[in-house]
Amino acid sequence: MPIIDPEKCDGCGLCVTVCHCNGLVIVNNVITIIETVECDWCTDCEAVCPTGAIRCPFEIVIQEP
Amino acid sequence: MAVQLEFLKGIPYFSGLGLAELESIREFVFEKTVERGEMVLLEGEAAEGLYFVASGVVKVFKTSAEGKEQILSIVRPGESFNDVPIFDGGSNPASAQTMGPVLLYGIKKNNIGAILRAHPQIALNVIKVLAGRVRHLVSLVEDLSFRRVIGRVAKVLLENAGDGTGREPRLTQQEMAAMAGTAREVVGRSLKALEEEGAISLDRHRIIIRDKEALREIMETPS
Repeated sequence: MPIIDPEKCDGCGLCVTVCHCNGLVIVNNVITIIETVECDWCTDCEAVCPTGAIRCPFEIVIQEP
Repeated sequence: MAVQLEFLKGIPYFSGLGLAELESIREFVFEKTVERGEMVLLEGEAAEGLYFVASGVVKVFKTSAEGKEQILSIVRPGESFNDVPIFDGGSNPASAQTMGPVLLYGIKKNNIGAILRAHPQIALNVIKVLAGRVRHLVSLVEDLSFRRVIGRVAKVLLENAGDGTGREPRLTQQEMAAMAGTAREVVGRSLKALEEEGAISLDRHRIIIRDKEALREIMETPS
């Protein structure tokens, strides 16, 4: 799931507005993930975050046929 | 909902203006609510107005003849977009689409002249904003024109691929961009291009290298 740094999060809520799977909410002025099954890793939340508080890291693997 | 004076005060265009001045400008500002995924502007069409994002996020992008998208900027609350055609009289240089529900404040093209004449300070603020915009775009042009970014992104993938056991470090697009010496938006597009070429596939949080040799060839192809 996306990784949140609560110390960097300023509760602006931009990530919540762009998330199309309703996976993010603001709780006590900090972003919290509530849903990960529907998350398609679009990384829009990471792109719009002005403080770098939410990260969507990729695992890079080799799987050749 | 009335256009908020406090919000106008925070916009770089209106920096340094007093409340009375902001009140007179507010009369020219209209509100527009846009749903998620809606196109606010289309590239090439006649420009109708200048927009500020009051809430939500808008992406500004260009589309190639083949339908490939290149993001030019992400516009957050307080920032403006579509400034260029308002000041040079041309058509929209790029398209703009909402990334979630958005509230926009706009100023019609016909009213900009009157506002600038009445409040010359705004002209200086506009110059500063556009200069910063030019600086960002020059850097993006340099990346896209003079360097073979896709090759450097391929190199980052090959050098950081793991064996799937979960011990290898995971990289965000921002981190890959920093390693490849490019912008985050360019990494996103490069990953899509590599997927189209069949060298990789994207599966949620995994970048799966399907053809190491093809990726190596892309990496080694000179610019």
